[in-house]
Amino acid sequence: MNGAALATRGLNKSFGSLVVAKDVELVLPHGVRYALIGPNGAGKTTLINLITGMLRPDTGRIFLGEDDITSLAPEARVRRGLARTFQINALFPQLSALEAVTLAVCERRGFAGVWWRGLPEYRDAADEAHAILASLLLGEHCYRLTHELSYGQQRLLEIALALATRPRVLLLDEPAAGVPRDESAELFAAISGLANDLTVLFIEHDMDIVFRFAARIIVMVSGGILVEGTPDEVAEDTRVREVYLGKAHHG
Amino acid sequence: MIGPFVGVLFDGFAYGMLLFLLSVGLSVTLGMMNFINLAHCSFGMLGGYVTVTLMDHLGWPFLASLPVAFLAAAAVSILLERTLYRRLYRASELDQCLLTIGIVFMSVAAAAYVYGTVQQPLQLPDYLQGSVVIAGVNFALYRVFLVATALAITLVLVAALEWTRFGTRVRAAVDNQRMARGLGINVDRTFAITFALGGGLAGLGGALAIAIVGLDPGFAFAYLVYVLIVVSVGGLGSIRGSFAAAAVLGISDVAGKYYVPQLGAFLIYLVMVGLLMWRPSGLFGKR
Amino acid sequence: MAGAAPEGVTPHQYLENQTRWRRVEIAFWLATLLPFVVTPTYLSLASQIAITALFALSLDLILGYAGIVSLGHAAFFGLGAYTAGLMSKFVWGEPLTGLVAAAAIAGLVGFATSFIIARFRHLALIMITLGLGLLLHEAANSASWLTGGADGLQGVDIWPLLGAFKFDLYGRTAYAYSLVVLALMFLVARRLIHSPFGLALRGIRENAVRMSAIGAPNRSHVRKVYTISAVIAGIAGALLAQTTETVSLEVLSFERSADVLVILILGGAGRLYGGILGAIIYMVARDQFSGINPQFWYFWIGLLLVAVVMLLPNGILGGLARFAERWQGGRR
Repeated sequence: MNGAALATRGLNKSFGSLVVAKDVELVLPHGVRYALIGPNGAGKTTLINLITGMLRPDTGRIFLGEDDITSLAPEARVRRGLARTFQINALFPQLSALEAVTLAVCERRGFAGVWWRGLPEYRDAADEAHAILASLLLGEHCYRLTHELSYGQQRLLEIALALATRPRVLLLDEPAAGVPRDESAELFAAISGLANDLTVLFIEHDMDIVFRFAARIIVMVSGGILVEGTPDEVAEDTRVREVYLGKAHHG
Repeated sequence: MIGPFVGVLFDGFAYGMLLFLLSVGLSVTLGMMNFINLAHCSFGMLGGYVTVTLMDHLGWPFLASLPVAFLAAAAVSILLERTLYRRLYRASELDQCLLTIGIVFMSVAAAAYVYGTVQQPLQLPDYLQGSVVIAGVNFALYRVFLVATALAITLVLVAALEWTRFGTRVRAAVDNQRMARGLGINVDRTFAITFALGGGLAGLGGALAIAIVGLDPGFAFAYLVYVLIVVSVGGLGSIRGSFAAAAVLGISDVAGKYYVPQLGAFLIYLVMVGLLMWRPSGLFGKR
Repeated sequence: MAGAAPEGVTPHQYLENQTRWRRVEIAFWLATLLPFVVTPTYLSLASQIAITALFALSLDLILGYAGIVSLGHAAFFGLGAYTAGLMSKFVWGEPLTGLVAAAAIAGLVGFATSFIIARFRHLALIMITLGLGLLLHEAANSASWLTGGADGLQGVDIWPLLGAFKFDLYGRTAYAYSLVVLALMFLVARRLIHSPFGLALRGIRENAVRMSAIGAPNRSHVRKVYTISAVIAGIAGALLAQTTETVSLEVLSFERSADVLVILILGGAGRLYGGILGAIIYMVARDQFSGINPQFWYFWIGLLLVAVVMLLPNGILGGLARFAERWQGGRR
């Protein structure tokens, strides 16, 4: 297990004159919980879109483990163990939570293209989906349609869908966006309870949560990485204080 | 050798100008609201029937009937926009297609009910009949009139879009609807007016089309295909793109029917599908 | 269907519950036999309904389940019809092999075009399907040496079914034949939508972006369902050619593509029985009003479309489901 779980080399992306990623060099070791922070418009979501293949970088390479995945389609990256969630819910409104997660399990196991056998024949796929939902406290609600779930439950379903792909690296784009403060701590408790060998990178604005749940922090400013270090190092860093913490109301 | 070729070129261009008038409104409104209005040519057909009615039954002169055709089509399109279309701006493209196909069906049936399914006769005034001969090539006067009208309208449209306050609003709304709303532009109102203008232009195009392609209830469907080709090839929301696409389409259609009549419209559809596959958002599209 | 699962159900039971045959379904399929006894003079119409229902079912797979809007689905219906007609004219009139040939040709063309279809969505997709439909219509019109052009294909002669049942004037054989094929294809479609693939299709309809984020090969899914849908549409077209022993250019027309869309939307898309219900209502109504000029018939179809879009967004079956929910809610 030596080498990084995820790495980028000289990633650049701009829209016209607007630079959204500037020489991004990232090395995430296995099993570490990372927080990605930075002011609005710093390019955090763009970075996730670049890594997952929803955007193409202008230059630079992306590695998942030893493999160069720069030219792979998003779904091929997912099949190699790179999953993400969305800042704004991107779910299947008319599927029940169980159906949605079962679908993700079917896709991972490679029989989502089978049309001549009934879904109930794949009992273990449904059981696995149910177990994932139960681990995120959605077990009781799994037969309800996605659009009938509460907002907080939908945020959890975002994570459940990502987990069903059995990722090695999980990118969470503001998993607690819009969730009340007391509930977001619960949500992050669920995230920190995930398997130890899973590498997690999450975007989050609440500094209490960032300092509680992240082992290391990456600070982004206008498309580039400013600082990378432990929470203490980042908190002590004068540049970070200047551009980021200085403006926030956090002490 | 050259004579017929130039003649075909000119006829094709005139035909293209007709297609431009019929389609420019759809192009702009599609670019602005992403609303798929398959009933656009019904407005054109309406303009045609208004002209026929005014001339044949009320004895109006041809030129006087044209503004009325424009106004009638504009009025009906704004009525439909306010009552039906506006409720479906956020609906799926399927719902938009279904609603507007429904309106096409109704307009075709209504036209057949009132006017029958026969071709409508149209007596052009004397000064628009006949032709002039320049350098040995015959130019039909009516087509000269058509091209001049279309070019004048194009110039007015481009100028209005470029230099008036309303034009700025339209461009902003086509460019980025959310941003335009953020800037305090009343996008719904702007859209309604643009929609009426586009419907009116289609009505004018329909009135001008009678002398060239005739008028029967099949008009709404037959020209829908051409209009969609112009819009999809020219790119959504682009007046210049529509103009170029309409000219190319008109010329190739007329030339195709003149030189390889056995292929019929096949060639045009082939070109359309090919172009769409090559550039899905059109030759002059936004993206 | 979903959402009404009682507590204490295992995931497996929940999924099985969704695929179970309901009493209404069995009653419906038994009722399809009624025309033989109740309205024996209307068997030709019944056969036309079954064929139209099959065509609508094929559209439902791509539109109702995968969310692919097509304005040119008549292309495959027409391909099937012409294949079956030409087969009887130039090879032999045996109907079942004609059906298989039609399915194969429609499927082949469907598979070839599916590579185009899978690349596009939204407006471009609508234009492309429309363009492909028109292209084929125009091609059949131009190739009059083969298709008979606007005059229709002459000399279609179908042998007795299984060598024993002649296609009679009353439509007994025609209806029995169409009904059996419809039922078989329905079983295939029903199995498909309750399969993992069926779930994946609904996923594409609901959110294609999320589908790629869970590793789904959307394009390959779309290609597959489009090909299957083309096969079924081709079979429907072949049935029409064989039971009426004529093929006219109209099988490829835009009106036919629009009709089947109307029928499916009217009945309710994405509900498996929507197309069948829509076909029954549409065809019976058209038969009742056959006295009026077809031009005026389309006025009412247009009005119906506007009304369905504005008032009944999920079709008749959707409206019924909502009504049933409310009624049950009121009783509680």
